Amino acid sequence: MAAQPANIKVLLAKLGLDGHDRGIKVIARAMRDAGMEVVYMGMRVTPDQVAQTAMQEDVDVVGISILSGAHMRLIPRLTKALEDRGISDDLLLMVGGTIPEDEVEPLEKMGVQGVFPVGSFTSSMTEFITENVSRGRSAPQS
Amino acid sequence: MADNQQQPKRSLSGLEVKPVYTPDDLANNDFARDLGQPGEFPFTRGPYPNMYSGRLWTRRQIAGFGTAQATNKRYRFLLDHGQNGISTDFDHPTLTGYDSDHELAEGEVGRLGVAIDSVRDMDDLFLDIPLDKVSVSLTINHPAIVLMGMFLSVSEKRGVDWKSLRGTVQNDSLKEFHGQKTFALGPRPSLKLTTDIVEFCTNRVPNWYTISISGYHIRESGSDAVQELAFTIAQGMAYVESALERGLPVDSFAPRLSFFFGCHNDVFEEVAKYRAARRMWARIMKDRYKAQQPESMRLRFHTQTLGSTLMRQDPQNNIARGTLQALAAVLGGTQSLHVSGFDEAFDIPSEEAMRMSLATQLILAHESGVANTVDPLAGSYFIESMTDRIEEAAWEYISKIEAMGDGAYPMKQGMLRAIDTGYIELEIARSAYEYQLRIESGEQVVVGLNQYQSEGTQKLELFQFDPEEEEWQKGRLAETRSGRSPTDVRKVLSSLKQAAKDDKNLMPGVLEAVGALATEGEILDTMREVYGEYVDPGVF
Repeated sequence: MAAQPANIKVLLAKLGLDGHDRGIKVIARAMRDAGMEVVYMGMRVTPDQVAQTAMQEDVDVVGISILSGAHMRLIPRLTKALEDRGISDDLLLMVGGTIPEDEVEPLEKMGVQGVFPVGSFTSSMTEFITENVSRGRSAPQS
Repeated sequence: MADNQQQPKRSLSGLEVKPVYTPDDLANNDFARDLGQPGEFPFTRGPYPNMYSGRLWTRRQIAGFGTAQATNKRYRFLLDHGQNGISTDFDHPTLTGYDSDHELAEGEVGRLGVAIDSVRDMDDLFLDIPLDKVSVSLTINHPAIVLMGMFLSVSEKRGVDWKSLRGTVQNDSLKEFHGQKTFALGPRPSLKLTTDIVEFCTNRVPNWYTISISGYHIRESGSDAVQELAFTIAQGMAYVESALERGLPVDSFAPRLSFFFGCHNDVFEEVAKYRAARRMWARIMKDRYKAQQPESMRLRFHTQTLGSTLMRQDPQNNIARGTLQALAAVLGGTQSLHVSGFDEAFDIPSEEAMRMSLATQLILAHESGVANTVDPLAGSYFIESMTDRIEEAAWEYISKIEAMGDGAYPMKQGMLRAIDTGYIELEIARSAYEYQLRIESGEQVVVGLNQYQSEGTQKLELFQFDPEEEEWQKGRLAETRSGRSPTDVRKVLSSLKQAAKDDKNLMPGVLEAVGALATEGEILDTMREVYGEYVDPGVF
């Protein structure tokens, strides 16, 4: 059963030195407008910083944007950092950016659940999240 | 939906577009005052009287990847295939002032541009290229002073007189906080370095273009044409005020400022944007900054067709998009042009894609006839009206930024505050989001993406990156470090640090540092020690 957006917390970040942040900021707005809670770490963060923040913030989704072509190098480091903290099974890992067709499957094998190359619609991402976030979060207490 | 003609039409930037224009639309337009002859104030019709009938635009395809040796081969390939200027693309570590062995550089060394760590790499980059004959554009911003220092050092070593060097350094520090985002330092120190280059080159490298005031990256970040025009002109005004504050006479440095714009798909809006830009800059320089020389008022610009308009779906369609955008740039009177590769939604362009891009330019130049007449759209009721509208809309933004500043240099102060508060970044992010929503709703048709999708997928021969190059570059860096005198390096970096603390022009210190084989990362680290690090505020 699809999760309610209001109960979903998303962590977004850009790994490495890549400065192309148009897409991830568009996605951040779209997810916020869909009702999700968005934490955007900004640019130039390391895989370890992402994993640490994901754990501390107890997020449901980690979304990474890379347009520098460094995804095949950086994503394995991120999946390892998430595994090291024992949280890789608790969250949905999504990666977007300049990703050639023949690298989609290898990324999925690394543990990325959703690959969204440039041109993907934000609506397809929010749908993917609501359909795949398995963990039922309790509604925020008032 | 796509063929519905009843909707009121708007340009890509949201300006109203009527189905028919008449002389009434030009009631307030005065030929002598608002247009004039090409090459005459206010230069709306072009910076030069003859334009392309005198000389065609410079075909300048940007290139850079992997090591300096690999990129040098691409440059020589392009020069052999009809290109007549070189434009360098540096990798992210170089753009952000980190050496190839820095932790954050992993996977990005030589990936989207060429890796330069020391003056030795700069020497390799221009092997067998005559620096006094070919004009070179160094596409670098916050570390510009270091790369410019390396370039000057290589020229000196080859016995090339700095006065004979012709080229450009991008050196547009302010746009890095809202476009491109390859910052290395904060807004104030990076603006100081930009002004150091202006001051140094005005005196010592007189034929060099010292800043390429850039709207291109603002547009790629999702702005519309009005914002691109407004923020670019506002940046230019901030640089002028910073140089005036330094005590440079306006006519000493203004002739060496140039501009760089993107080009989107809305052909007439783009042409209007370029024409408005020329008129605005001419009037600003003459009326506001009291320039006397026409050279200080002539806006000259480079154009790059926008990579963000290129789609993965049916990538051959991107050749048509590139052609339309290149046509608009030429109709708008660009001085040089880069047509983005049709495969750039997948990776940096392949050699085949760059050959197509150059061919697009050559077909426009030699087969289409569009280069025969100067400013061919002048006098069109629509184009002149659009030029006026886009100028008015841009002035609204510039006035807002000016109101954020105060004192003798309000545009400089205003821009810094507009950056500090995230105003510009958020304005651009809003436009980017709204554009995306229009695409997702189908209101903005993008052929092959949200309508007219085709079934088949086509396999492209993409650029093949060699991951070995990162290791090779790191080895080269280690070799550079072990082959130099550590005492000399410490000495030059410590005197550079002192110069920064004393607020001196840092170019002499940088020249000394690159000469002692200090690396780009070491020089930038020295500056970061004095000026502090800049962290992306992460606003959206």
